[in-house]
Amino acid sequence: MKKSPIFINIGERTNVTGSARFKKLIMNGDFAAALDVARQQVEAGAQIIDVNMDEAMLDSEQAMVTFLNLIASEPDISRVPVMIDSSKWSVIEAGLKCVQGKAVVNSISLKEGREAFIHRARLIRDYGAAAVVMAFDEQGQADTMARKVEICTNSYNILVNEADFPPEDIIFDPNIFAVATGIEEHNNYSVDFIEATRIIKQTLPFCHISGGVSNVSFSFRGNNPVREAMHSVFLYHAIAAGMDMGIVNAGLITVYSEIDDDLRMRVEDVILNRRADATDRLLEIAEKYRGEKGVQITEDLSWRDKPVTERLSHALVKGITTYIDEDTEEARQQFDAALEVIEGPLMDGMNIVGDLFGSGQMFLPQVVKSARVMKQAVAWLLPFIEQEKAKSGDISTKGKILMATVKGDVHDIGKNIVGVVLQCNNYEIVDLGVMVPYEKILKTALEEKVDIIGLSGLITPSLEEMAQVASEMQREKFTIPVMIGGATTSKVHTAVKIAPNYTHPVIHVLDASRAVGVASNLLSENLKEDYVAKVANEYQAVRDRHARGKKTKDRISIGDCRDNKFPIDWTDYTPPKPSFLGLKSFAEYDLGQLVDYIDWTPFFRTWELAGNYPKILKDEVVGEIASNLFRDAEAMLRLIQDEGWLTARAVIGFWPANAVGDDVTLYTDDSREKILETVPFLRQQIRKREGSYNMCLADYIAPEGMGKADYLGGFAVTAGIGIEDKLKEFQAKFDDFNDILLKSLADRLAEAFAEHMHEMVRREYWGYAPDERLTNEELVRERYDGIRPAPGYPACPDHTTKPELFTLLNATENAGIILTDSMAMMPASSVSGYYFSHPKAQYFGIGKIGEDQVADYAKRRGLDIAYVKRWLASNIV
Amino acid sequence: MNPKLKEALNNRILILDGAMGTMIQRHRLDEAAYRGDRFRDWPRDVKGNNDLLTLTQPDIIKDIHGQYFAAGADMVESNSFNSTRVSQADYGMEELAFELNREGAKIAREVADDFSSREPDKPRFVVGTLGPTSRTASLSPDVNNPAFRNISFDELAENYGESARGLIEGGADIIMIETIFDTLNAKAAIFALKKTFAEMNRELPVMISGTITDASGRTLSGQTAEAFWYSVRHANPLSIGFNCALGARDLRQHIVSVSKIADCYVSAHPNAGLPNEMGEYDESPSDMAGQIKEWATSGLLNIVGGCCGTEPAHITAIAEAVSGISPRRIPEIDRHIRLAGLEPFEVIQQ
Repeated sequence: MKKSPIFINIGERTNVTGSARFKKLIMNGDFAAALDVARQQVEAGAQIIDVNMDEAMLDSEQAMVTFLNLIASEPDISRVPVMIDSSKWSVIEAGLKCVQGKAVVNSISLKEGREAFIHRARLIRDYGAAAVVMAFDEQGQADTMARKVEICTNSYNILVNEADFPPEDIIFDPNIFAVATGIEEHNNYSVDFIEATRIIKQTLPFCHISGGVSNVSFSFRGNNPVREAMHSVFLYHAIAAGMDMGIVNAGLITVYSEIDDDLRMRVEDVILNRRADATDRLLEIAEKYRGEKGVQITEDLSWRDKPVTERLSHALVKGITTYIDEDTEEARQQFDAALEVIEGPLMDGMNIVGDLFGSGQMFLPQVVKSARVMKQAVAWLLPFIEQEKAKSGDISTKGKILMATVKGDVHDIGKNIVGVVLQCNNYEIVDLGVMVPYEKILKTALEEKVDIIGLSGLITPSLEEMAQVASEMQREKFTIPVMIGGATTSKVHTAVKIAPNYTHPVIHVLDASRAVGVASNLLSENLKEDYVAKVANEYQAVRDRHARGKKTKDRISIGDCRDNKFPIDWTDYTPPKPSFLGLKSFAEYDLGQLVDYIDWTPFFRTWELAGNYPKILKDEVVGEIASNLFRDAEAMLRLIQDEGWLTARAVIGFWPANAVGDDVTLYTDDSREKILETVPFLRQQIRKREGSYNMCLADYIAPEGMGKADYLGGFAVTAGIGIEDKLKEFQAKFDDFNDILLKSLADRLAEAFAEHMHEMVRREYWGYAPDERLTNEELVRERYDGIRPAPGYPACPDHTTKPELFTLLNATENAGIILTDSMAMMPASSVSGYYFSHPKAQYFGIGKIGEDQVADYAKRRGLDIAYVKRWLASNIV
Repeated sequence: MNPKLKEALNNRILILDGAMGTMIQRHRLDEAAYRGDRFRDWPRDVKGNNDLLTLTQPDIIKDIHGQYFAAGADMVESNSFNSTRVSQADYGMEELAFELNREGAKIAREVADDFSSREPDKPRFVVGTLGPTSRTASLSPDVNNPAFRNISFDELAENYGESARGLIEGGADIIMIETIFDTLNAKAAIFALKKTFAEMNRELPVMISGTITDASGRTLSGQTAEAFWYSVRHANPLSIGFNCALGARDLRQHIVSVSKIADCYVSAHPNAGLPNEMGEYDESPSDMAGQIKEWATSGLLNIVGGCCGTEPAHITAIAEAVSGISPRRIPEIDRHIRLAGLEPFEVIQQ
């Protein structure tokens, strides 16, 4: 499998030689603030943090020891490895004695001769660290390609052969120097670095290449847009040549493809030394970019001339974060108190957003972006508000709402969207996250004195859990209303199964746009009584209808259903044999292969934009919004791939199988003598018209005793590995938009992966359709042979068969997916299920089943009837 | 390395002994018994200094080693868990550190040689034990001053170097750095061992055994199992593994973690379950052996024994349970740089 290029980002801000701010903090002994710098770096995605205390006025050894010891007591910093950076060996050695992990030394070289080099290398090895090795020897620092390669090769041979240093722990720094300085000899410096990198990576096995990237643009100090462009063009070429680490300020870099064409071309001329007048040509246009954000130069900035309050509402309505800090600060200085900025212009702006959303003129993606602006502005004001707290009271909101995804469930996109929408409408949200047990929900509700509890969940077992929360609230004598939301929830379920447990309002909220209406009714002194009464009547009607439905629905006995099974004539049919039996796992699947398989329609549905892709992009009402969202999604998809945000893993398996009644028996091997596992399925029980059948998935597998060797497949795929880190980063920046966008894309990628894997199974691994060539649309419409039903979904609604499937696949080890108590998969962006190959196999829903089948099924599985009933609650009459 | 040890490891799962402290407790020794003749007038109480019994009650210690060998152990640990200067300081016995290690190894050697000569087909080995000491190099004992440390890397390295020299002189076949709460302590021990081996011009295989303190799945100093392995891998150890704190049930996942990524042997010596309400370990030999057997059949193990609460009956049950099951095969691990903070960090080459 192709490994995507990986670039390791080393944080540079805890370096007194590189950061004036950090230096000042250390010189003043303000280690607490210095630790915050380190923490921010890790939160911003630094995978290693470089610590440097080389300052003449400082006891560098002592400062290094103190800082590293302090880091050791901060788990959110010390989770990443440290780079101990000093030009003094004594400082490095003092640092090595403080870190329990495996660190990196930056740096050693042949500068002080061969003996010192070997001695230090051996010590580094014995302390258990890796080392950056500078392209430096007694003659000086290497500048040309030939010298860089020569010194690195020489160093490598000494390290590996004489110091017994592991080659994979060598990180060469072949020196990045400034280009476009006006001195002709400097023009080829970055080409020298890039070409040396290429040769070193090819000739010296296992080693790595690093460098201080910001050096390259040194001559454009003060012009960050040009510097950013130079860094990203440099890295683009250096990474392609094999550079795999770098000290980079993540804030000082743009996306290569987003650089203005003219600028990129001129920068590229400089970096690659493509023409003699490259420097002059870059200088010609450099001024134009100074003080601007490269990609936004064509934007209409006339709104910037308006008064600050109008600028704030403009930014909120348009979702622009670029100037929000400065505008918020300006507004703060105009008002008596920081709080007034929130209650005044910011809330005014959000009211406009709320009105536009309420009247259908704004759509969810825009609202989420507005919320991001709001949160950033509030974050700016918060420290001032804290200071002012003595003189002012609390911020008045319309009410406080606790939101939680219930225990056992990990899905929170919908909950987060509702939270954002409510916040936009001036409700305070207490978000407890996912997998929240009822004890915590109740305890927090009391402590925080919330006005409403909002429960969310996606998988069917969550419905049971919500009913549980409601009963517990009753027991604890709560009186506040409950809002229920999430994909599997419904008005019927809420009315029939949840509301009866609690004598106070329990209200189902269909989607985010209804949440505000429900909340404001529930918290309005005038409207509440009528509203609650109205809903109670409505739910009673739903319950009555449901009770009637129970009686009238025509169900037949499970025995009769089995007599009406789906007929397949097996006599002339030979089930295809998979290309292998047992398991095959896929580590780090290339995400690039999955993008084409994405079914975009559900993606837009997540964002509450109705319509089918691609037509939705041209839709009269939401077309523009959908197009913008689609563009954001595509840009993020690129980053997901380029920067390795997500890792996709999968495992598939095939086992010899035959049907025995409604069970499918799996055998250990093709001799079919020893039973490996029994996979139980349910059967439709509704009375069918003549010519239609009571379906059960087991009908698609050749029955035992007919001499037909049939097979069942299984799979578990995920595209969500690694998502947590990135989400934390967004959450730290109050960036709900990207948080939700990433989750919704990860979900799509997981579905795409399942689709792609199914295709690979049909064409190759099971191999019964080697010549199948379908378009994505045909795939979405399931124009192929065989199905891949998932436990917990309509054809096999029992979630509790997942543990057996996971054991068969060893899915936790092979694909990194774990199951929660409620049978939800973590990461949430995962799909698992069975493969059936029979050409007549199709999807169907089990619907409601009768007591007789429940008892029979419980007996077949050796389970308690009560347990089975609890898990199949939504399928039981 | 002892060629017999190499051969044994290739052919079967080797059995390490069980708890020493549990066995000593059975004797209900009083202060006078701990002191013996030699320390009759020692100015401080020494009851509880189990390592001192090597000098004052050598027959008891020998008998315990013998019981474990008879129970089926291939290797016993010297009675030197606390025989470092810093740990002996609690009793004012810093100056005995070297002697305790040398004599601890020597006693175990005698018993091992006795068994080996009687059963030449089953060579017995002596593991010289280096414990964690009572201090941690990467944690501050003072909550108000998180940068403070009550021991330095250099002090620890000196302590470990002295103890290791004693164990080697006493005849240990293997050195085991065990019950590691703080990886930085272990790194000081590794550093000291490399130096000591070079000075004595004699290199022994090294076993490394960490301790995952609780359900958090981390060492006391906060590392995951994988990060722990990457942080000590430069020792090129004979084995990596975990012991103490957890019973087999809870330890399994961490053994699985290192078993997959370690290109050396894997060891485990869990406690006899978790302490009950009385603070006693009460998992029965058959329960524990049943779990260990599953580990063995899952290919996780090369060396296995018991920690707190395990007795010869446990070792017999474990030895019988894994008998005939193939040892874990050392996996081929790709050459990549692998760094670690509290969490592992791996850079895959293009």
